[in-house]
Amino acid sequence: MTPISRGFRGRRQPEGAAARLPPGQYETRDFPVLSAGPTPRTPLSVWDLTLRSPDGQSARWTWDEFVALPREKITVDIHCVTKWSKFGTSWEGIAIDTLISAAAARGVKTASYVMARSDGGYTTNVPLADLTNGKGWIAFNYGDAPLPPEHGGPARLLVPHLYFWKSAKWVRELRFMENDTPGFWESLGYHNYGDPWREQRYAGDE
Amino acid sequence: MKKTTKQSRARSAAGDRPVDSLRLDGNAAAGMLREVFVPDLTAGRAKCAGCGTTRSIGALHVYSHGMGMVVRCPACDGVVLRVARTPTRVWLDARGAISIVISGEN
Amino acid sequence: MTARAPATRIEWRLATVVDALPETPSTRTLRLDVPGWPGHRAGQHVDVRLTAQDGYQAERSYSIASAPEDDKLALTVERLDDGEVSPYLTEELRAGDKLELRGPIGGYFVWDVPIGGPLFLVGGGSGIVPLMAMIRHRNSCLAAGDREARKKLPARLLYSSRGWDEVIYRDELAALAAKDPTLEVVHTLTRNPPDGWTGFHRRIDRAMLDEVAWPASDNPRVFVCGPTPLVEAVASTLVDPV
Ligand SMILES: Cc1cc2nc3c(=O)[nH]c(=O)nc-3n(C[C@H](O)[C@H](O)[C@H](O)COP(=O)(O)OP(=O)(O)OC[C@H]3O[C@@H](n4cnc5c(N)ncnc54)[C@H](O)[C@@H]3O)c2cc1C
Ligand SMILES: [Zn+2]
Repeated sequence: MTPISRGFRGRRQPEGAAARLPPGQYETRDFPVLSAGPTPRTPLSVWDLTLRSPDGQSARWTWDEFVALPREKITVDIHCVTKWSKFGTSWEGIAIDTLISAAAARGVKTASYVMARSDGGYTTNVPLADLTNGKGWIAFNYGDAPLPPEHGGPARLLVPHLYFWKSAKWVRELRFMENDTPGFWESLGYHNYGDPWREQRYAGDE
Repeated sequence: MKKTTKQSRARSAAGDRPVDSLRLDGNAAAGMLREVFVPDLTAGRAKCAGCGTTRSIGALHVYSHGMGMVVRCPACDGVVLRVARTPTRVWLDARGAISIVISGEN
Repeated sequence: MTARAPATRIEWRLATVVDALPETPSTRTLRLDVPGWPGHRAGQHVDVRLTAQDGYQAERSYSIASAPEDDKLALTVERLDDGEVSPYLTEELRAGDKLELRGPIGGYFVWDVPIGGPLFLVGGGSGIVPLMAMIRHRNSCLAAGDREARKKLPARLLYSSRGWDEVIYRDELAALAAKDPTLEVVHTLTRNPPDGWTGFHRRIDRAMLDEVAWPASDNPRVFVCGPTPLVEAVASTLVDPV
């Protein structure tokens, strides 16, 4: 048995926030940065976003085209699998619903699963149903300012009802797939779906 | 030839945290790697599958991400090793290394 | 003596805190009794694991400050105000408490006497800790009177701190250097030098390294430890093929 360290509490909240916290989480006031690689710095002049069908058909937006799409403001709690949660974060971004209908007009067909791909090579897989119907966005403002690079700027996926690793920083492509394929962390022992309320942290949980 | 050995720790406070100060050296991966391997891998050398350079694992760049360790090649930033620990298992992905050479003497 | 890493998978051990002594206002040295400790090499570290009542765990790495020859294992921890683990280690933990650790870890950042010198150590802040283990090891291996052995293995430390009160091991370094002419300690203070300070008063830069480092032709062994920006700046100045 692991001995208890006398007097050690860890960086956790006293009481109060409990009901708003998924199991095993603690509230943090700052916005921790987890980084699996150097921070990409893609200039907006070359940044683009692509939605791609299983058949290879794609729709692409430059930065100016992307930010000209109808925007939404989102205020949500976010939950990181490393156990911090941050309440009431506010974002501005384009709903995935909006992107999908614009892409459909250009012949892009969706499929049941989505692989998000980012600058730097990071990937994460999310079921399509978890990105649509107002559940997912590509966010480019945090608070009232452009999303800083260390938090995934210029733009990151935002899927707040799943653990935050699903909200891929520096996202550049959403690829629709008929079959589910694990992304970066999902292929290294983390849960394929990642629902914080069911505490689906690791492969095999639940 | 002189030999420079370095060890870095990500430890600046949030405010003045410089870009990529979350990066450490291969040393930082030693503890996790020792959970998987009996020999100490950080003294060994790895050949990067991305660009073919060979270096001491201790000299690679480690991003000690809260979810796992991502060990990258300083030459091409490619992922050489990834290690994650779950409550019951250690997951290792070494696809980014063509070879890992460890001293056979003990 | 210098021990090789044990040829087994690494295990958690339960150490007992023997004493906890302040080094500077923000750092403390923990001396530990570690039953079954297999020995270590200067420069290696341990992982420390804390467990809260509800099972929550936090793990951090700490360099070993003691020489392999010392009878207690020493760690020196700097308190980061908003940190999770270091405030516990520097304030809460006291003599008699148990502390879980595993090690020794790391076969890359190590030096021992057979590796030879000259030895050039560059540290910033708590990055001094593994370098101190090297200095202590060198000191305990080379008999005090053995001028010849020391001359063959000269050591220089370039140590960057914020202020004079934040210099970890200040008195011990001064005492070691005073009785050993082959050990040179050079301080640079980046923020608050005391009145009358005549030493370096800036971050470590190329000019400082040119002044302090051994020429490359002397084949020095160089160890750099500190915050990533310092390490990168120094290493890019003292470039060598990897
Ligand atoms: C090989 C190695 C050897 C080491 N040796 C020593 C040693 O001898 N002595 C020593 O004192 N330390 C050493 N360290 C550093 C040590 O491991 C810890 O990192 C340090 O004590 C801080 O831990 P903490 O839990 O107190 O702080 P943490 O809670 O980890 O926080 C560290 C700092 O970063 C900030 N921070 C934390 N998370 C984030 C985030 N996500 N985004 C932005 N800011 C954040 C915090 O506010 C704080 O200022 C070593 C590290 C390594 C890798
Ligand atoms: Zn490479």
